[in-house]
Amino acid sequence: MSERPAVSLSRVSRHFGLTRAMDEVDLEIAEGEFFAMLGPSGSGKTTCLRVIAGFEQPTSGEVRIFGENATGVPPYRRNVNTVFQDYALFPHMNVADNVAYSLMLRKVPKAERARQAEEALEMVRLPGYGARRPAELSGGQRQRVALARAIINRPKVLLLDEPLGALDLKLRENMQEELKSLQRRLGITFVFVTHDQSEALSMADRIAVFNAGKVIQVGAPEEVYRRPASPFVADFVGSSNILPPDFVEAVAGEKRWASLRPEQVRVTEPGDANPRLVGRVTAQSYLGATTRFAVALDGIALHAIVPAGSFQPADDGRVAIAFDRSALHFMDGPA
Amino acid sequence: MTAFSGKRFMRSEGSLAVKIAAAAGLAFLLAPLAIIFVYAFTTEERSFVWPPPGLTLKWFGVTWDRPDVWAALMLSVRVAAVATILALVLGTLTAMAVSRSRFFGRDAVSLLVILPIALPGIITGIALRSAFATFDIPFSFWTIVVGHATFCIVVVYNNAVARLRRLSGSLVEASMDLGADSFQTFRHVVLPNVGTALLAGGMLAFALSFDEVIVTTFTAGQQQTLPLWMLEELIRPRQRPVTNVVAMAVVAVTFVPILLAFLLTGADEQTAATTK
Repeated sequence: MSERPAVSLSRVSRHFGLTRAMDEVDLEIAEGEFFAMLGPSGSGKTTCLRVIAGFEQPTSGEVRIFGENATGVPPYRRNVNTVFQDYALFPHMNVADNVAYSLMLRKVPKAERARQAEEALEMVRLPGYGARRPAELSGGQRQRVALARAIINRPKVLLLDEPLGALDLKLRENMQEELKSLQRRLGITFVFVTHDQSEALSMADRIAVFNAGKVIQVGAPEEVYRRPASPFVADFVGSSNILPPDFVEAVAGEKRWASLRPEQVRVTEPGDANPRLVGRVTAQSYLGATTRFAVALDGIALHAIVPAGSFQPADDGRVAIAFDRSALHFMDGPA
Repeated sequence: MTAFSGKRFMRSEGSLAVKIAAAAGLAFLLAPLAIIFVYAFTTEERSFVWPPPGLTLKWFGVTWDRPDVWAALMLSVRVAAVATILALVLGTLTAMAVSRSRFFGRDAVSLLVILPIALPGIITGIALRSAFATFDIPFSFWTIVVGHATFCIVVVYNNAVARLRRLSGSLVEASMDLGADSFQTFRHVVLPNVGTALLAGGMLAFALSFDEVIVTTFTAGQQQTLPLWMLEELIRPRQRPVTNVVAMAVVAVTFVPILLAFLLTGADEQTAATTK
């Protein structure tokens, strides 16, 4: 991590009455990073974004942006811009005026404003749309306008609140790639909030996983996926199997929580396997290239993903499951 | 085919009944108004006789030359203008406070703001009068304005609060995010979006203030606004049709802003619906 992180939060809390939306959050986001804040709704990730933007002031703790203390600084004096979840385009202005809003506030001459607005629109691949009204645009186009408006000033940090949440699947995939390439071209630090783990895994350089107002784990996507810090992370990022300590002790000799990726579980005929690993298939779903089995065994439910057609359980549904001990990832308590 | 024509028949039957009812309702509402207009042209000046014994235009000239009419009219216009401006400022600010922030007792404040319009005018009037008396405030132009502002604020507030609720909160945040302080945000984002609502509220407030009698009776002292002048004129039988000429003017003056306000908010509702 560089000497001076783009954004740093130290012991930041934000309480709403008795609700602790953020509880002693420590976070460092490096310059030029594509950073994801991932978590279920109500986990504090959006509050965290709003604290960085300046819409919320922390109840306690300190926010620094490029080393400067930003605690108490209003949003209009921060070199940080936001792409809102509902895009928040001004309905009474056309696209060009929306994009050039910040330039208008700074009294940039009209011709220069128009030139820069068009340049920003080209950046998001909407050249020539300046004269239209936001109401005339599709959802995807509105989002691009919101992006153009937020990057026209080349902020040091760009915040994105659920940037792909309102788009349909196809558009979402295109936009993922486009956001990545835009970030590389601009070299701006991007911080985005999402509840979609696949989005976070595929786009981010690093991910912070939020739960109940706390940051549970920060790391590269692969690290978070392969070595979840807690059963919550294992469950939330990629729906791992979570094995309770008793079960783990019986099969691996260590009384600790462990996670197990469904694709690392093998399903076979119930031969002379360890009786604790024999169960019954309760559901089976065909996913194209793979088949997903839900197996009930010894009081826990286990998911397995196997290549399609590689195994078909007998009529009574009895199967044995197997996995390598090295596939188990041990972790601390259930938080 | 028969089912279709039967349905059509039923529908036109229904709409005929509705038309008759609507016509009767309108006649009930508007006939007295028409009679007042007719009496403005009568030749009989002491009492109103139907049908008028003759028709004349002389009362328009008489009215024009009466200084007491002008004095009352000017007072009413000034009171309505000042009360409206006051209501626009205070009503908008209250609406913004109530719709934008969440604070303890927000709903109570909202209810308290609307209360004056639910309260009978006579209560407001008595309350204001005893308040003025308690604090030894002599009746003046400003006591009338304060009385009118109590209900004018409500009208503006109601219009503004409805529009502000529709205005997405993130628009304000987006504006601040892009470098606008509160004042710039109000000017460039909030005002353009609530402008027509404020205009409509302002015009309604003006019209309400212009023909207010009850509260004014308690807060005017010896001053005469136009409605108070008319009330007094009716008791004294002297050049009676002058009152009717003034009544016609009042209808015109109050009807136009109300109609405009109606058109403004109505057109607005439509555009809002189409953009959704």
